[in-house]
Amino acid sequence: MSAVTAQVAPARRPNYKRRRVWREVAALAVAVVLIIWTLAPLYNMVEVSLSSHNDVFSSNIWPADPSAASYWIVLTEGYWYLEYFWHQYANSIYIGFWTVFLTLGIGSMVSYSIGRMRIRHGWLLTNAALMTYLVPASFLAIPFYRIMQSYGLGNNVWSIIAVEVTFATPYAIFIFQQYGRSIPFELDEAARIDGASPIQVYFRIYLPLMAPALVAVGTYALLLAWNEYLYQFLLLSNKRSMTVPVALAQFLNSDESPWNYMMATAVVYAIPPVIIYYLFRGKMTAGLTMGGVKG
Amino acid sequence: MASVSVIEAGRPALGRRSRLRSLRGSLQGSEYAWAIAFCIPYVAVFLAFVVFPVLYGLWLGHKPSLYVELVHDPIYQETLVNTILYLVIGVNVKMFFALLLSGFFMRKGWWVKGLLMVYVLPWAVPALPTFISIHWMLNTQWGLVNNALWDVFHVDGPGWLDTSRWLALGSVIISYIWKNMPFWTVILLAGRMAIPTELYEAAEVDGATGIKRFMHVSLPLLANLYLVCTLLSTIFTLGDFNTDYFISGGGPALSTHVLATLGIRDAFELARPELGVAAVLSALPLMIPLVVTLMHKLRTSEVQL
Repeated sequence: MSAVTAQVAPARRPNYKRRRVWREVAALAVAVVLIIWTLAPLYNMVEVSLSSHNDVFSSNIWPADPSAASYWIVLTEGYWYLEYFWHQYANSIYIGFWTVFLTLGIGSMVSYSIGRMRIRHGWLLTNAALMTYLVPASFLAIPFYRIMQSYGLGNNVWSIIAVEVTFATPYAIFIFQQYGRSIPFELDEAARIDGASPIQVYFRIYLPLMAPALVAVGTYALLLAWNEYLYQFLLLSNKRSMTVPVALAQFLNSDESPWNYMMATAVVYAIPPVIIYYLFRGKMTAGLTMGGVKG
Repeated sequence: MASVSVIEAGRPALGRRSRLRSLRGSLQGSEYAWAIAFCIPYVAVFLAFVVFPVLYGLWLGHKPSLYVELVHDPIYQETLVNTILYLVIGVNVKMFFALLLSGFFMRKGWWVKGLLMVYVLPWAVPALPTFISIHWMLNTQWGLVNNALWDVFHVDGPGWLDTSRWLALGSVIISYIWKNMPFWTVILLAGRMAIPTELYEAAEVDGATGIKRFMHVSLPLLANLYLVCTLLSTIFTLGDFNTDYFISGGGPALSTHVLATLGIRDAFELARPELGVAAVLSALPLMIPLVVTLMHKLRTSEVQL
């Protein structure tokens, strides 16, 4: 393109150059605003977590005497609100693990049946999944709460796993079906001619070829479970069955909130998903259109 | 599957068999059993945790008197206004800036890539920790926002969350934008990257640059994606519980609830689940058209990148 410009209007070149400099300056200004906007709440989180109790209730914007004492308190469960911190953290991990495992298992099985085996009326299931994806999870919380009691799953982490799987599988089905179209049918057929049973095709051909989609959906399911609060709050009330977000929110409702401990807890809770997100970022963009972690 | 039908083509067509085939599709015997077996887990989850709760919810909220009560409740009326403002302003401002910023992130250079990595942080960090952090930032006396206002301008900031309904609702909306804008920016960025560069080059040869190029090349090609994203985002936002609950908590004086939080409050704080369900169900007139439109749009996969 530059050659064209040079031929047509060589006299205007300096003007272009000045304009380009001006544009760079404008872009930098946008960048500075964006950085402040993005980092302010995260900065606040870290700042408060490094403060002493007196520093929290002061007008400083950086603690006078930053220390990691709050983190030590959190990690050693040294405050009465945090007495089951590691137990609760383990609950969050347990829920996250089973959510990912079951979402991938159930989602890939039904997608295989609909997309590869072409079961009759499979579109009904696809539509059911799509509809579930579009129903806001929080709108089902009230009947869900009642039903979980009648299923005998009150105060049980499996009730949460059931919820997360319910709301993560529709996304999984959608992505698997979209992605599955890129895998040639000839592979399945060749394996079938060689005498492979459907379940062998599923394990030996379908799942390995779906690996990128499995990673994307697995990350999505994990972040969904890690982000979710409402159901965990409603269904888990026992301190030992509770998860970290529920414990964190309990802090908020107490009168004398130890904000530095809260923020240290928040940072410790936020680190694993951020790492996982950055590790699998490239894979996740594959299925981004439908994504969005539902609130 | 073709191999199966080739074998079958050689056989005489029997009436019974063909009826079975129409029921089972092209699958046979054990294959059909496998296909069914692979669907069972999802069907079970769907029936137990979607169909049953939905029916139960509809049954809980079926009495018309509940809706009469809601309509006469001043808190519900405020909530309705809040929900509409939250959806209209929150979603549209967010999507508009996401569209602009996706153009910004198309710029070349290492620092733009680095900036994008930082910019997506609000989406990568779990919702709850950040909302609690913002809640404390907006504290009148000790929050970071008012501290910074004092340090820079020597003015006392307002009580963001506990004095005025509009300030509190504004805070909720801004927090919502902060949390969700990066995600939609990345989506629109992916949409922009899918536009072939030849189109831009052709436009440039024809003399279209800058705003003209945006209006005549980017915008028409992104329009459908933008529309689908806006609708999808509207429906997610309608169900968004965390933002409102943790930023303003519905306060001051219950004036900033949205439908998602009011339903939970009615059901669990007032111990009236029927009323809570009714509050949530009153969003159906908005939800049904959105769901129908989106199902059509997503099923035909017009948004595939």
